[in-house]
Amino acid sequence: MGNVASVANMLRHIRADEAIITRDPDVIRGADRVILPGVGSFQTGMQNLAEFGLIDALTDAAFVRRVPILGICLGMQLLTRSSEEGQLPGLGWLDALTVRFQFEQDTGLKIPHMGWSYVRPSRANVLLADGERERFYFVHAYHVICANKKDVIGVANYGFEFACAVNRDNVFGVQFHPEKSHRYGMSLLRKFASL
Amino acid sequence: MALKRILPVLLLDGRRLVKTVQFKNPAYIGDPLNAIRIFNEKEVDELVLLDISASRVRRAPQFDLIQECASECFMPFSYGGGVSSLDDFARLYKLGVEKVIVNTLCLTHPELVRRSTREFGSSSIVGSVDYRRTLFRHRRVFSSSGAVTGRGLLDHCRFLAEDVGVGELLLNSVDRDGTWQGYDVATIREIAEAVPVPLVACGGAGSVADLQEVLRETDANAAALGSMAVYQKKGQGVLISFPARHHVIPEEIEA
Repeated sequence: MGNVASVANMLRHIRADEAIITRDPDVIRGADRVILPGVGSFQTGMQNLAEFGLIDALTDAAFVRRVPILGICLGMQLLTRSSEEGQLPGLGWLDALTVRFQFEQDTGLKIPHMGWSYVRPSRANVLLADGERERFYFVHAYHVICANKKDVIGVANYGFEFACAVNRDNVFGVQFHPEKSHRYGMSLLRKFASL
Repeated sequence: MALKRILPVLLLDGRRLVKTVQFKNPAYIGDPLNAIRIFNEKEVDELVLLDISASRVRRAPQFDLIQECASECFMPFSYGGGVSSLDDFARLYKLGVEKVIVNTLCLTHPELVRRSTREFGSSSIVGSVDYRRTLFRHRRVFSSSGAVTGRGLLDHCRFLAEDVGVGELLLNSVDRDGTWQGYDVATIREIAEAVPVPLVACGGAGSVADLQEVLRETDANAAALGSMAVYQKKGQGVLISFPARHHVIPEEIEA
């Protein structure tokens, strides 16, 4: 997925002009908002965060400086304690696990879940529109299960209802791709950019 | 239960957008980037860009133009045309293409397509099948690049979905292309029921009723439109337009 470039494109489009693509921990230490897009598998995602020395910088941003942080797709899964897609532990900022979709043979549901789905806000929050049925574009084979229901702010349905947007304090995550969800994604990123 | 999709198919000839009739007589439509900006506003579910001359003249994808298109595309972006190596796939994904569409390569080097599904995931690869009816009304797989297969239409579709492992099929009726006479619903229904992957129906869309018919009365996962998306009406001038989703599927069929 070329989603890093796509996220940057949409941020430019909504005039969040100061957005920088970086893997430099010092840049993250100076950022007043952080987006963690996901590319590849959970295992390589965590490996890369460690290799580029980003875990400390991200933890500092989230819990010392307490700036808004948004994980997108794999980026949301990295916020959890662990994933069935890798042995390395996740960031563990949310009391949550990442598991693979599993369906009975006869449901006809494919993995990954790929396409547009409606998202229903499950509690009042600052990212999803209240009252409007927003739809977002998803591509994922794994989903997040939160131990604490209050961390879930949005759900979608694929075989069953799963958490597709999470928030605890200044930490946010979305399973879908706002950067590929035109108006709905722009609105979400705009809200995040103005937090 | 991802939602059913309605999407424009844009044809690239060189660096210009064109529209064909039965795969012939490409007529100039406009600049691809302008069109994509308008389709953003229309909130289309996905955008398909096909380079119709790349495979015919054995030219590589126009990566610079594709990158510009991807960067203007705030919806999922699928590209096909001239893809002939694993390296091409990798480059296209890196530029921001969500799904790579392969047609000629499925006929000439299916084993390469099979490897690409293993390397990049089948959900990122769409097998495209063009077909036309012969004098005796048999449906035959057609390739504008001249490639041939011994398989019949249904067998070829099954081969791509089950053996090669593509994650989606784009089924295009050459006879209906640019004619506004409606989809080949019977064939779409038959193939969609026979293959285990989502099917995008293409060729012949001329009205909202045509889209409704294919989305409601077949298992097709998506309705693609060409002429309807770029002309005012049949025989009239260029106008980028698109039917609103709530006009086509007010009941929001889930697939």
